[in-house]
Amino acid sequence: MPAGSTYSTIATTTTTGLQSTVTFTGISGIYTDLILVGAFATAAASSLNLTMGNGAIDSGSNYSWTYLRGSDGTANSSRGSNDTRIFSGETNTANLQTNIIIQFQNYSNTTTFKTSISRFNHTTKTAQATVGLWRSTSAIDRIRVSAPSDFSIGSTFTLYGIASA
Amino acid sequence: MSPILGIWASQNYPRITNSYESIATVNVTSNTATIEFTSIPSTFKHLQIRYIARDTSASAGADDMFMKFNAGASATYSWHRLEGNGTTASANGSGTEGHISLSAAAISRGGNASGIFSSGVIDILDYQNTNKNTTARALYGSERNGSGSMLLSSGNWYGSTNAVTSIAFTAENANSFVQYSQFALYGIRG
Repeated sequence: MPAGSTYSTIATTTTTGLQSTVTFTGISGIYTDLILVGAFATAAASSLNLTMGNGAIDSGSNYSWTYLRGSDGTANSSRGSNDTRIFSGETNTANLQTNIIIQFQNYSNTTTFKTSISRFNHTTKTAQATVGLWRSTSAIDRIRVSAPSDFSIGSTFTLYGIASA
Repeated sequence: MSPILGIWASQNYPRITNSYESIATVNVTSNTATIEFTSIPSTFKHLQIRYIARDTSASAGADDMFMKFNAGASATYSWHRLEGNGTTASANGSGTEGHISLSAAAISRGGNASGIFSSGVIDILDYQNTNKNTTARALYGSERNGSGSMLLSSGNWYGSTNAVTSIAFTAENANSFVQYSQFALYGIRG
């Protein structure tokens, strides 16, 4: 049984001004899985969107998603197909602490499409679990989270890598 | 105009942590009916399994995945799930099963478009404790561009208080896991 750096921090960023995207690039393929943890707020009501790519963020309609969520007192589910992003959550209150954890299993293989699963929590609006698909067999070497209404100052995102035996 | 912040992975050195360790990984190279981890060490507090999976079913959609502890032991299991299928949210469960069922969308079927695999994370908590039944929880989903489900589920091995020493996974309808399916078992120290 190996000991050591199974669960490692790859990179962390903290926003110092209003910005609509945070992008991790140059992600090496040495890990088995990736986990992105966000503790953030948005400057106004906003969606939280996920995109990824290899060499460049894929802005095409190559994503789809299905969510299960409790929102405004009701459990519901919806999906998007042939979308330009994975819709991963939604805020309705400015500067309210929000979190998301996104799991990317087997992100660097070049055979399968990439499926992500996530949990999102924004206490005045939504608790959401989402499965997303990027229809590409390319390895993921960059990940972007975006909030069209901007992330608030002090939002943090940390990318971890998990290496299996 | 908001800036775009680029972070190069090489800017930060990996931080070594010893609380989360890889125990074993199964990379499926040919059709495999059962994925099993045996001789699980007792040195951890919790276990986590991270996987992607697809099976040999000729149809499209997704299959249940069955999880059983200590194969061969007499046991009884219960499970419940909360599912979002893209249209509605629903719940289901069973109190008398021979396994914990990760139902509805744990495994992508072989009839789906090439490359589509389900994904999940399963936590097995306090697996060494012999004073209580072992419980598990899972977050998993199948997304197929036009169909799919996202699920949260829980399971309980109420027929035994034995420590978990092995974990076996099988697919619904005796389908087999296909090439590129991957199951990785990790231990978390307490």
